[in-house]
Amino acid sequence: MPAPRKKRTAFAAIGTSVPNVDAVDKVTGRAKYGADHDRKGQLYGRVKYSEHPHALILSIDVSRAVNLSGVRAVLTHADIPGENSFGTAVPHQVVLCSEKVRYLGDVVAIVAADSEEIAAKAVESITVKYKILPVVSDPVEALSPRSPAVHAGGNLCVHQKVRKGDVGTGFSQSEVVLEREYATQKVEHAYMEPEAVLAEPGENGGITVTGSVQNLYSIRRGLARVLALPLGRVRVRQATLGGSFGGKDEAMTALCCRAALLALKTGRPVKMVNTRENSMRESYKRHPYRMKYKVGADRRGFLKAMEITIHADAGAYAAMSPFVTWRSTVQATGPYVVPNVRTDVYAAYTNNCYTSAMRGFGSPQVCFGSESLMDELAEKLGMDPLEVRLKNTLRGRSTTATGQKLNHTVSVGEALLNVTKKGRFLKTRASNRKHNERSHPKKGVGISCSYRGVSLGAEGVDAAGVTVSLQTDGSVVASSGLVDMGQGAATTISLMVAEELGVTVDRIRFLGADTSRLPDSGPTVASRTSFMAGQAARRACKEIVERIRPVASEVLGCPVDSLLFRNNWVSHSTERTRRGPGSRKAGRGRAGRKRLRLGELASLCFARGVSLFAHGWYRAPATSWDERTGQGDAYFTFVYGANLAEVEVDTETGTVRVTRFVSSHDVGRVLNLNGARGQVYGGVAMGLGYALFEEYAEQDGRPSLENFDEYLLPTVSDVPETEIVFIENPDRLGPYGAKSLGEPACEIAAPAIANAVCDALGMRVRELPLTLERVRLGRGLSRKEKRGSAGP
Amino acid sequence: MKLKFTVNRRATTLEVTGAERVIDLLRERLGLVGTKEGCGKGECGACTVLLDGSPVCSCLLLSSQVAGREITTIEGLSEGESLHPVQAAFAETGAVQCGFCTPGLVLSSAALLADIPAPSREQMKRALAGNLCRCTGYQKIFEAVELASRNMRREKRRRR
Repeated sequence: MPAPRKKRTAFAAIGTSVPNVDAVDKVTGRAKYGADHDRKGQLYGRVKYSEHPHALILSIDVSRAVNLSGVRAVLTHADIPGENSFGTAVPHQVVLCSEKVRYLGDVVAIVAADSEEIAAKAVESITVKYKILPVVSDPVEALSPRSPAVHAGGNLCVHQKVRKGDVGTGFSQSEVVLEREYATQKVEHAYMEPEAVLAEPGENGGITVTGSVQNLYSIRRGLARVLALPLGRVRVRQATLGGSFGGKDEAMTALCCRAALLALKTGRPVKMVNTRENSMRESYKRHPYRMKYKVGADRRGFLKAMEITIHADAGAYAAMSPFVTWRSTVQATGPYVVPNVRTDVYAAYTNNCYTSAMRGFGSPQVCFGSESLMDELAEKLGMDPLEVRLKNTLRGRSTTATGQKLNHTVSVGEALLNVTKKGRFLKTRASNRKHNERSHPKKGVGISCSYRGVSLGAEGVDAAGVTVSLQTDGSVVASSGLVDMGQGAATTISLMVAEELGVTVDRIRFLGADTSRLPDSGPTVASRTSFMAGQAARRACKEIVERIRPVASEVLGCPVDSLLFRNNWVSHSTERTRRGPGSRKAGRGRAGRKRLRLGELASLCFARGVSLFAHGWYRAPATSWDERTGQGDAYFTFVYGANLAEVEVDTETGTVRVTRFVSSHDVGRVLNLNGARGQVYGGVAMGLGYALFEEYAEQDGRPSLENFDEYLLPTVSDVPETEIVFIENPDRLGPYGAKSLGEPACEIAAPAIANAVCDALGMRVRELPLTLERVRLGRGLSRKEKRGSAGP
Repeated sequence: MKLKFTVNRRATTLEVTGAERVIDLLRERLGLVGTKEGCGKGECGACTVLLDGSPVCSCLLLSSQVAGREITTIEGLSEGESLHPVQAAFAETGAVQCGFCTPGLVLSSAALLADIPAPSREQMKRALAGNLCRCTGYQKIFEAVELASRNMRREKRRRR
């Protein structure tokens, strides 16, 4: 690793490169994940899945299961004390199905037994009679009036739209008009840790659930609703999370409720751990999109109009679909100035596995659409892909597709120049052309760029809390309502606390998330954690510093405004203390002491009854959205990025190898260089899987795979050398100017790779993933063909 | 049947049927929950342990297969409080994010370095291809193995 570089900034901790605060626990095996929690006398829970993608339930017979030795409870919908459903957007996701099953991951009954084996046997002995219904599997056909209905209200889950100017006028002013269709596939988060929860009945008639959850507060709401308990008696604690990527969000409510129902019924702790097969069958995926893009430009390459129609497969339940598709509409044009825009995104219910949040949240799909389109437009105009992009990119004071005037540094052009300079884009492109005329494998280079709204935007309430408690020895306990799920939030928030209180990171203990400890801070999603929790942490720290400063000032005999908090010391800084407060240059106070340990100061404050605890709360700046006009200030700020990929394509086998990758992102400010690099490398790898081989394939509501033997993930052999160029244009709203990175790092990798592959092939493939068949033949193979029939 | 084997340098005897998966023996009978189950099918490598020094998936191993043999789990890689150089390097380089794949990757890397003290990237790729990681994109895992390799060779030279 490159030596941890400390840039010359005004900061002590921010911008350094530190290992994750939980790294030692994780390398020694001490960290406890959901499935690692056990309690004395615990039972093992199992679910009885639906056997059909779409059917009415005629009867559920559990009598044989109940009578098995070692079975402690068998529950169905009839045993639910409260509501049998949950969901923030549409509260219709069923915990235990009563009348109907809507996909294969639906659950009709649950069992708690003394062992996994007995529980499995009991599940097998449950018999359910169904009346099979026709399966709705195509999101476009689902919206036809003739389609069977998945939900009583019809199959339209949501219709999101953006309207700007008049596309008719825009197209009439265009000299070049292109119409293209693109499609992306359904993919699985594939967090390495399958879902696991442990539910314990509490002494107060309540329940405590510990497990692999990303969004504690909405799960607590769901538990309270289903169990008919007051929120105060429901406690949700997060175990160390083995990856999530948006995948252990609110929908974990279902597993938590099932374990809790069994625990309350039996009065014993109940543990439920998904196998990978269960996880693949039941857990939601990223929406597959079918996208129609129509773009108009003048001969010089300036965009005049874009008309976009998208159909998303929501699957059996709404989950986060309304929010995911909303982000898609806002970002669908890509980071370009388009005077006339008309975008419609429809999400439809089907009997496929349902879809919801996944890293990118509606952006990876439209990034593939808009970035493929820009390459095609460039070709049509006889320009290169960089030129056409640079002509149209958003700039300072540009107006977005939703009519929002950008009032910060807009750096999409800068990001594009970074990656194309580093990757010598035009030169490489030209030399590849020559190479490809006579040599094999074919080489290609591609670029992509995006803009992305930070945090939730006009999606919903956006506020978060952090508590900070300074101890009398100068150590610190911090706790956040937004959680660490492996992305390094604990480390980043610790760094900010370190910066504000002048302590070293090793003095901070960051507690695991627990609903009983902090107020509802909303979900840990939307790359909002560093930003929101960061601001909240700063507020808490500032409050503590305000309280303890007068005491320090008195002890050191110096004015409050000349105190310096650094490296676990408080000192009087009469002059600029370049070498820090420990050095001889530090000023000497009138009282004779020049500095004191933070712990000493904390003890003195404690003795005087000064509170060393603070709760910081931060509410995001205002956003707005008008559903009628499809216009508004969608997000309070945006981030910008660009990627470049080089590939080698074996045109005989269709094999693609990504040989080089360059990624540039404006993050406002790098908080933890180590963490930031990790986000980019991981995001690129995930985008590579999305581009080349990942696909959760289903036919008539039945998945054709159930584990990692067939769901292929990028391995250590697949990832390219990746170079990163961070751009730091501090945002006036962000903590130390920081914005976000987790999702932007992922969303444009696939389109850069796809553009590179198409560049190598001299042929456009408009559907992901770029499997061997698509690369070799230009189209995918249908299931029938694979089985040896002649095919078309 | 009585199963006698060595776990983390300690002679261990368990009453078994012979058909249990080794991962379940470790996690449930011996409380060694550092070994993770990610797929149960030998695809992800999260359950990797060292069997007589070689990395194997403990989810594919039956108890009868380990009689008389020596198993090292993540808990037994280092002695006492000090970290094994591979563990230290993973922590230092930030090769650890969610950490679920980490025990397996650390053990596979330790086995690689025991075998080849200064592996090339190609050798690393071959040795670690059985360990999936969804967070890191593997870059910092390369860096970790390289750092551990340097530190271990330096340590060896010093001892000579």
